[in-house]
Amino acid sequence: MTRTLATARRVLQQLSHDRRSVVLVVALPSLLLTIFRFVYDGSPAVFDRVGPQMLGLFPFVVMFLLTSVTMVRERTSGTLERLLTTPLRKGELVAGYALALGLAAVVQALVATAVGLWLLDLDADRPWLMLLLAVVDGVLGTALGLLMSAFAVTEFQAVQFMPLVVVPQILLCGLLLPREEMPRALELVSDVLPMSYATDAFTELADGTAAASGLLTDVAVLVGCCVVALALAGVSMRRRTA
Amino acid sequence: MMNISVEIAGLRVVRGGRTVLPGLDLVVPAGQVVGLLGPSGCGKTTLIRSIAGVQRLASGRVTVLGEPAGSPANRTRVGYVTQAASVYPDLTVAQNLAYFAALAGTGRAEAGRALEAVDLTGHRSSLAGALSGGQRTRVSLAAALLGDPRLLLLDEPTVGLDPVLRRDLWQLFGRLAAEGRTLLVSSHVMDEAARCDRVLLMREGRIVADDTPDGLRTRSGTQDLEQAFLTIAEQAATA
Repeated sequence: MTRTLATARRVLQQLSHDRRSVVLVVALPSLLLTIFRFVYDGSPAVFDRVGPQMLGLFPFVVMFLLTSVTMVRERTSGTLERLLTTPLRKGELVAGYALALGLAAVVQALVATAVGLWLLDLDADRPWLMLLLAVVDGVLGTALGLLMSAFAVTEFQAVQFMPLVVVPQILLCGLLLPREEMPRALELVSDVLPMSYATDAFTELADGTAAASGLLTDVAVLVGCCVVALALAGVSMRRRTA
Repeated sequence: MMNISVEIAGLRVVRGGRTVLPGLDLVVPAGQVVGLLGPSGCGKTTLIRSIAGVQRLASGRVTVLGEPAGSPANRTRVGYVTQAASVYPDLTVAQNLAYFAALAGTGRAEAGRALEAVDLTGHRSSLAGALSGGQRTRVSLAAALLGDPRLLLLDEPTVGLDPVLRRDLWQLFGRLAAEGRTLLVSSHVMDEAARCDRVLLMREGRIVADDTPDGLRTRSGTQDLEQAFLTIAEQAATA
């Protein structure tokens, strides 16, 4: 537990020495949301429907990138090899990362949600649930980033895993077209992609009519995906390498 | 049993299709500074990685402090300094050491002592990335000293350091060994062999000599250790 917290603190310290990254993490989603708001200036109903989706999407994408790049740097700089010769357990390392970037996701989601609700007149009945979903999405991004970084040898590869892992999920999650209207094969694929459940959850939130149980199921699936991805990330990490 | 620090039997390592260590046997006694000398590419780093427990082995057995290399117990008892200083460039020296101290289960006081040992107290607030290569190596070394390891594996720790600093570090190695620790220090600079209690000469994945510096001189009939290495390497090649 101490080593998990120490790892989380270390990751946040690294981030804090990079002021520009901190500004980007905190302010970028709000900026994008603002642009989005004025694109739909003529039809606020669309913004009310899709705006919350963006609150979930930004942390997912940003945390995925931050995590996979940091992990690959850890691998190429030799610090990962060193960490694996210390008493630090692989699970503690993974949990430390999830904790640190989950915290960053909380800050990011808080700022973006506040900007959305108070400055951009986003209409949401249950802002706390929206916030929770945004944070879960951020942790999911971190978890998938940790998992994918096991397959990336260079930073170039890590950055390109973003379009590989994230873009198909954006295309298929039901944001562009309701999932049941897509070809059957794509719908089946979307059923196993975590982002689909995030989108469903945000849609239900925006409707305000959906039963709490459906929402709960979606959140449970997302949390489950986080746990599985983090566990796989821990298991796929190898102490011994060629 | 505790007089033996490292025991290796039939170690074979293949990296990228190339056999780096074809079958190596080695016993390293405790409480000594043991130099691992040989030209670049002879397998020094692979051997050290095997002892640290991060190298995938093709076959063979590596026993460290009575347990398999890399076992959970050994991760608290073995300090490993990689050739490239593996510290976080975007953290300060103090933050780096605080993190590694937390992992080793020790406190800030010991982190301060480790910094003193490598003579970097004045740089504690500098970013590690802003230090010179030699200073970064010393941060890395200080991190390995945390948690009072019984065995220190140092992969070319003195590369690129000025002579005064090199002398100071070798004195530090001597003090650490005098306190009962074992140090395995690799180098490709032959004159560093003179500072070791014991020298392992390595060539093409094999240990061609395992002796004291004086023993090497006697055996090869020369005072110059560089010359001694050449003589012994040639003997090994024709044998």
